[in-house]
Amino acid sequence: MQFIPLLVILPLGAAFFISLAGKNKNKLCDIFSVIITFFLFALSLFFVFTTHNYTGALVYKVGGWGMPGGITLVLDGLSIFMLTIVNFIAFMVNIFSVNYMNRFSAKDKFYALFMLMVGGMNGVVITGDIFNLFVFYEIASIASYALVAFGTEKEELEASLKYTIIGVVGSLCILLAIAFLYAYTSTLNMANIASAIAQNGINSVIAFVSVLFIAGFGIKSAIVPFHAWLPDAHPAAPAPISAMLSGIFIKSLGIYTLCRIFYNVFGMNSGISQLFMFLGALSIIVGGLLALGQNDIKRLLGYSSVSQVGYIILGLGIGSPLAITGALLHLFNHSAFKSLLFLNSGAIEYATGTRDLEKLGGLRTKMPTTSATSLAASMSISGIPPFAGFFSKLLIIAACIKSGYVGYGILAIVGAILTISYILKFQKYTFFGQLKEINKNIREVPIFMKSSMIALSIICIFGAVLMMPKIADYFLKPAQESLTRGMKYSDLVTQALYEK
Amino acid sequence: MNQNNGMSLIVKTITRLLVGFILLYGIYIVLHGHISPGGGFAGGFIIALSYILLMLAFGKEEILRKVPQPMISFLESLGALMFLTIAVLGFFGGYFFSNWLPKGIPFKLLSAGTIPISNVALALLEVSLGLFGIFLVLVLLKFTPPKKEK
Repeated sequence: MQFIPLLVILPLGAAFFISLAGKNKNKLCDIFSVIITFFLFALSLFFVFTTHNYTGALVYKVGGWGMPGGITLVLDGLSIFMLTIVNFIAFMVNIFSVNYMNRFSAKDKFYALFMLMVGGMNGVVITGDIFNLFVFYEIASIASYALVAFGTEKEELEASLKYTIIGVVGSLCILLAIAFLYAYTSTLNMANIASAIAQNGINSVIAFVSVLFIAGFGIKSAIVPFHAWLPDAHPAAPAPISAMLSGIFIKSLGIYTLCRIFYNVFGMNSGISQLFMFLGALSIIVGGLLALGQNDIKRLLGYSSVSQVGYIILGLGIGSPLAITGALLHLFNHSAFKSLLFLNSGAIEYATGTRDLEKLGGLRTKMPTTSATSLAASMSISGIPPFAGFFSKLLIIAACIKSGYVGYGILAIVGAILTISYILKFQKYTFFGQLKEINKNIREVPIFMKSSMIALSIICIFGAVLMMPKIADYFLKPAQESLTRGMKYSDLVTQALYEK
Repeated sequence: MNQNNGMSLIVKTITRLLVGFILLYGIYIVLHGHISPGGGFAGGFIIALSYILLMLAFGKEEILRKVPQPMISFLESLGALMFLTIAVLGFFGGYFFSNWLPKGIPFKLLSAGTIPISNVALALLEVSLGLFGIFLVLVLLKFTPPKKEK
């Protein structure tokens, strides 16, 4: 409980320290940042194991100030779930970058921005104050704009500019929404906003604010009408950053904020629920169809992210406990297999120097580790039974049919078939078939890149154990309960504040 | 001083007279941040404007000789780290960001605990040098990109 602010202090302090002292000291930066991300991961595991039988929330008063005026940090099931995913993927990506980022100069700047991004994402997840959420959201976003442009070639700068402009429009939507909300409820604390809305009911102000929030956070979570930045930004960024963006950035800044606000602050209603389901199904189909036509590995995977995020939004839209469990499990699985696939694409680029599917082929014999780990991720993403991705898709489709939305269920199945087809295309053109003459002399990637890929592939294979009854109590169930609890979030936070 | 750099003699003379006052006003806004309107960000902005005025009048070479760019980045990171350190010292005194210094009498210059110190860290180092750094990068266009090495 005392350690909650460390989740923000450590990465921010590390970012400033690296930019202060890390110049031309690549070894020091590597060791220091790996230690920090490992510590963050250990800290979030500590929260998982200490709070699993505690039904309430942990509240920390920043500066000792209480609820209406001060900023509170709130840890409940959903926050801990997201924190663990964010810090685990950040740790893996950090290990991968130790070798991979040697292709670029200015490694210290990379780590400083990376740490800022991790700090911003942790902050978004643990804060209980809506303006503080916006501040952390901007810290993470601005760091990501710079990281997308890290290669500073023409293509990267163009993608970063496009991403920045779209992202800033989203941020302005959110800022405007927060201003309206503050004028309407005279408070910025999310628990207080929730109780004010519960008293006054839903009216046109809340409806307008909801639209602004869906547009703003929808841009970050890349659901279909708002997805235009993603297929450009992902290929342009260095591979570890693509893995971060797709694996956790669009989830902690987009999906987490959407479900926190619409489940716990505004309360879910049938209109929002219908909209979520429609946007989710649209994302599944459009993302899948667009992914089929791509020849750049990272672009294909980027469109695939749009499609997979659609499943999560669809599950959240249905809103039954089964669907929410499926959506959260799919969120977890997607962060594991999509980060792994992006790291694989980075490894392929590291070894061969290209990402074009037509110039690759037959890499299975030359790069056995990359090939095997990518096969695990591909099986998981396309929903082949023993792998983790099968169970989460099954839960979402079953929940669709159980709640009476058979049409959406069929669209989700069509989406799964599309997923298999573009993943098969990726596998066939990259790892199978004839080895090209120019790729005769390539070698497997260095040890740190291999180890993080292997660790992630183990998660892809055994991810479904999270659903097992005893294990679900620690991780998945608290997260699902904190969403199904809905508007009781406000009472919970108030109670936790006055207990202390 | 090289007469060919920067603007005309009139501008240089006026700048030399004015820049001290602008800087002083910025420092005043920062130090009185906790008792009057203004504070770290506003004061830091005015301080940054005084640097920028100097650079416009005397040319970039003159300024960069006195304050090289690496030093600006260094001091900026130091400011951010100082701000965080003040917050973390509060963490050891009870809560993150708690105001652990004696509060003093309201409306006196030396009051309000850690807030003036945070203001100084934010203004003198973070905001002023950050804005000046951004301006410098825009002016210089001395583009040293981290190149891809194959």
